[in-house]
Amino acid sequence: MLLTLYIEFFKTGLFAVGGGLATLPFLYDLSDRYGWFSYEQLADMIAVSESTPGAIGVNMATYAGFSTAGLPGAIMATFGLVSPSIIIIIILAHILERFKQSTLIQGAFYGLRPASTALIAAAGFNFMFHDLINTSVYNGLQSLHAVINIKALIFSVVLYVIMQHRLFKHLHPVVFIAFSAIIGILFSF
Amino acid sequence: MQVLLDLFITFAKIGAITFGGGYAMLPILQREVVEKKQWVTNEDVMDYYAIGQTTPGIIAINTATFIGQKTKGTFGGIAATLGVVFPSLIIISIIAYFLNAVSDSALLSSAFSGIRVSVYILILQAVLKLWKKAVIDRVGLIIFTIVFLLAVITSYSPVYFVVFAGVLGVISFRFLNKAVK
Repeated sequence: MLLTLYIEFFKTGLFAVGGGLATLPFLYDLSDRYGWFSYEQLADMIAVSESTPGAIGVNMATYAGFSTAGLPGAIMATFGLVSPSIIIIIILAHILERFKQSTLIQGAFYGLRPASTALIAAAGFNFMFHDLINTSVYNGLQSLHAVINIKALIFSVVLYVIMQHRLFKHLHPVVFIAFSAIIGILFSF
Repeated sequence: MQVLLDLFITFAKIGAITFGGGYAMLPILQREVVEKKQWVTNEDVMDYYAIGQTTPGIIAINTATFIGQKTKGTFGGIAATLGVVFPSLIIISIIAYFLNAVSDSALLSSAFSGIRVSVYILILQAVLKLWKKAVIDRVGLIIFTIVFLLAVITSYSPVYFVVFAGVLGVISFRFLNKAVK
């Protein structure tokens, strides 16, 4: 059982490319094939993984492993998930180190850096869009009130302005996260 | 050994305060690893994110492995990775044990409605820091704009965008080098 967990999550880590949610289809597949957890449990896992600290993919693996076989299961699933990354990235890092001076690699990174920044910006934008705009409500008739999360919009502007101030600029991100949690409790967006 | 322990602890800290996965990790990573420890530069971080999104495995892990490897070789990569997953193992195991008490808490869900805002504002801030290093000329601006728009509008895997940008980078780099000569 533990070995199967390790192998299955090793496969997930090997074939899931991208962020943590890329592991989702693999988890549905595991649910179908082994019945380790139900689709409902999987929905709970996503909610918990997204709202607790840590990478979502790791959280999901830990959760799935734990609900299947307790703490040992959690450890095996998580190690399974990260093993392919460790192997592939370390090999890749050595290769890059060796060919750092080649114009091919330099050219590739010249193109990759703006693309990488754009992908991060797009992820942030999508995140913001789904939090501020409730597209499911929109039918062309309702007022903007129902569609836009005004409280969250105001708070995001306020938070951004606060962050630019020289008094707060150099604070650790966790300070802003904690502050936002308190504001969230007080005003509930 | 000292460095390995430092890597483990630093990444455990990063894992413990990152809400929302690899992208949300970026601002904390910049703070801890680029500014405080100075193990890598902002350019390195961009490269790792580009590769981390194209290679198998989840971005947060790939990036942690990369930074650890760069700092202290293979064992550094392993130490950083174990560090970043360590808080998840503990926190999730506890939550999975007591799930029902936690998932229905109205207090917690209000807190997260606030945290979500801070996550994307922090990502915005982190992107602005990268921007100065990434978009250094017109080619960079073009690549940024195309990839940003496609990534927002379509739902293609980032793998395609990264490959496209890499190829475009190689071609224009060759071309620019020739032009200079």
